[in-house]
Amino acid sequence: MKAQDVKVCVLRIEGTNCEDEMVEAFRTVGARPEKVHLKQLLGQCSDGLKRSLEEYDILALPGGFSAGDYVRAGALFAARIKAAVGHDLKMFVEAGKPVLGVCNGFQVLVELGLLPAFDGTMAEQPEAALYTNDSGRFECRPSVLRNDNRGNCVFTTGIKPGALMQIPSAHGEGRLLSSDPRFLDRLETGDQVVFRYVQPDGSPAVYPWNPNGSPSDIAGICNPVGNVMGMMPHPERAVTAYTAADWTRGHRSEDGDGKQIFTAVMKYLSKR
Amino acid sequence: MAVIDIRIELKKGVADPEGSNTKKTLESLGFTGIGAVKTVKIFEMELDGPAEQAVKTGEEMCRKLLANPVVQNYKVTAVR
Repeated sequence: MKAQDVKVCVLRIEGTNCEDEMVEAFRTVGARPEKVHLKQLLGQCSDGLKRSLEEYDILALPGGFSAGDYVRAGALFAARIKAAVGHDLKMFVEAGKPVLGVCNGFQVLVELGLLPAFDGTMAEQPEAALYTNDSGRFECRPSVLRNDNRGNCVFTTGIKPGALMQIPSAHGEGRLLSSDPRFLDRLETGDQVVFRYVQPDGSPAVYPWNPNGSPSDIAGICNPVGNVMGMMPHPERAVTAYTAADWTRGHRSEDGDGKQIFTAVMKYLSKR
Repeated sequence: MAVIDIRIELKKGVADPEGSNTKKTLESLGFTGIGAVKTVKIFEMELDGPAEQAVKTGEEMCRKLLANPVVQNYKVTAVR
């Protein structure tokens, strides 16, 4: 599949944000992204604006907030997606099409049951929670992520195992919890851990390098098949080096570290 | 029309940063003898039909949206 044929649905409802950055990130790597309101998928709009999920090759859930994040972060957005296009979404994932959730998008994927989805495509009830940061407050600063995926996740195609990336975090609820005592083992065994927070020298993170207290410093996970990925830090805010916190101190290229994730999924689709 | 209270609280063992931060701040204001502080969310809801049915509907709402079973418990009671 050629890059210019890759259509990306950047889904939004009231109160979402970062959809512009997400669109720009996919445009940078040559895809054709489009901001789509959930109502457009429901057909609650004029004919020219109607869209269907199956027209797209990638679904991206942008990060920030949604619907005021009432009830729980991402819960309302997830419930509305489920009610509106739950079946289509399941088909989308089962067709092997990539789904990316960043920050609030990650919270939505967890609430939807698409992550970690140990036993199927989409769990009936959430199997995990992205819960209030250990610090009890919103944490906003650059994070260093290590690619800990062993080749399962389509969003790390071509990224070297162990590679470090500087990507900003900005969230209040990013601590990945589960009531399953084997949760971390299952993630590890199934190659579902994608990114871990580390210190800049690659050593294990401590606060604030792990901004939320996630067990095992987990920053991003994927589903068992590897086509659905959620992460708390914002790669779409790090597509150019100029948005890095230390960009005046010298960067090797104009590309920011976050761009690799978008390049990776395009590389995966180029082989499809 | 029935009225129900839907109480959503954190499961035992799940840290409550909002509660512990509130406690810390109250102590800094000079309040003493504070034990555990827990935050709880309550939705008060009016529903058509008898109270018994309303409670059942409320529980279904918790399963589908209002509570995440990984970290939260819920309790639905009829107010009237």
